[in-house]
Amino acid sequence: MLAACGHEHGEARYPGVVKAALQSPGEKIEVPPPPFTEGAFPCSDCHDPSLPVNRERRKLEMAHQEIVLQHDEEHRWCLDCHSAENRDKLHLASGELVDFTESYRLCGQCHGDKHRDWRAGVHGRRIGQWNGHKSYLLCVHCHSSHAPKFEPKPPQPAPVRPEALGRGVVR
Amino acid sequence: MTKTTPSRREFLCALGGCAAAATAAGCSDLTHTSWFRSAFRELGDDEKKAIVADLEREHAVKYGKPVKVGTEGPLPDVEFGYALDISRCIGCRRCVYSCVDENNQSRDPQLHWIRVLEMDKEKGIDFAHANAYYEAEKVPRDGHFYLPVACQQCRNAPCVRACPVGATWMEKDGIVVIDYDWCIGCRCCMSACPYGARHFNYGEPHVPPEQLNPDTHYLGNRPRTKGVVEKCTFCIQRVRKGRYPACVEVCPVGARKFGNLLDPDSEVRYVLEHKRVYVLKAELNTRPKFFYFYGL
Repeated sequence: MLAACGHEHGEARYPGVVKAALQSPGEKIEVPPPPFTEGAFPCSDCHDPSLPVNRERRKLEMAHQEIVLQHDEEHRWCLDCHSAENRDKLHLASGELVDFTESYRLCGQCHGDKHRDWRAGVHGRRIGQWNGHKSYLLCVHCHSSHAPKFEPKPPQPAPVRPEALGRGVVR
Repeated sequence: MTKTTPSRREFLCALGGCAAAATAAGCSDLTHTSWFRSAFRELGDDEKKAIVADLEREHAVKYGKPVKVGTEGPLPDVEFGYALDISRCIGCRRCVYSCVDENNQSRDPQLHWIRVLEMDKEKGIDFAHANAYYEAEKVPRDGHFYLPVACQQCRNAPCVRACPVGATWMEKDGIVVIDYDWCIGCRCCMSACPYGARHFNYGEPHVPPEQLNPDTHYLGNRPRTKGVVEKCTFCIQRVRKGRYPACVEVCPVGARKFGNLLDPDSEVRYVLEHKRVYVLKAELNTRPKFFYFYGL
């Protein structure tokens, strides 16, 4: 059901954290693995660390052409989030490297209010128990990191009008 | 019920002509789910067990598979509350159909507990211009927002006061429930409800056996019959076991939040304390436990 990434986020597979309460900012949150495109990770398989890094902002032509950046694209560029030193990591504004499993820390730098709500369980989906185990999802399970705005989607069918059910009054 | 008036059981026994021949004991041979029993709230544990066993047998025959009818009571120190983020809802109606599946609502004639209203951003929350029958290739449509409405689980519920036979009441955990076997189908509750949240089975409800959810609760999603009223129970069969309601889990944008209002660490409490919160038709003093909020 969890659509976008095609994973099953059942409780058995991803035992989440227990408390609904706001956690301390440093605390790590248990999340399912990030939804990588198959074969994409580890990045260093292709981005050989021994190769020189071209840090110049440019149109990608050798790889990743499918990525259309729609995420503050006027100001952002791959290496604002992806680390050039360690291709298998992301980096914060401070330069601290973070794993893809902790990408919420990166997103939270700009989207602090969403990050705070997400920690409290109020932004985003959670599955599990209202009084017990819950599984969180990473930001990128629902939002594409390169184009985070949701695409409109087809709705389920409209209800049958009461007239069609053989009764006249709409209630 | 006082001692001086005959109970419904005694009255019906007399009416049926069995009073002379049989005492209440004689009547107890009749099926428990028939007319000849007390209201659910007045039943002892043994009676409940017997009634549930009868129901489970009946449903198993009708649907060709085992059906569990639970009678779990309210959990201590729990009052359920719900919060829905109208800044996020995209009107996709996933909640409507997951509710139908979970709660065994009739497929034909169609009956939905959740109605998603499409509203004009220009007009704001305005029921006179709301449209539940919108059809669109993709949602959300420009210039519109969406307001799903189901039972608001009022603390001061007009439906409960309107019921002439006491077939509907608020449980200790705040869920307004219906005893389908006690409901006489007068629909007074429906005219009393300002949210259109109660729905009547005008026809014999039909749920294909393979689609029947066999995990049911007596006061919730067990199969209903023609002539009774039904409505959202916050998925009583799930939430009393700690699970989230079905609509909460299915919502693709995470707009639906649920939890214990008495727990200061719960998600609903966070919403109430940090967000701009709105209740529908507050001027009617129904005091809903269903809150709408603006999460952006």
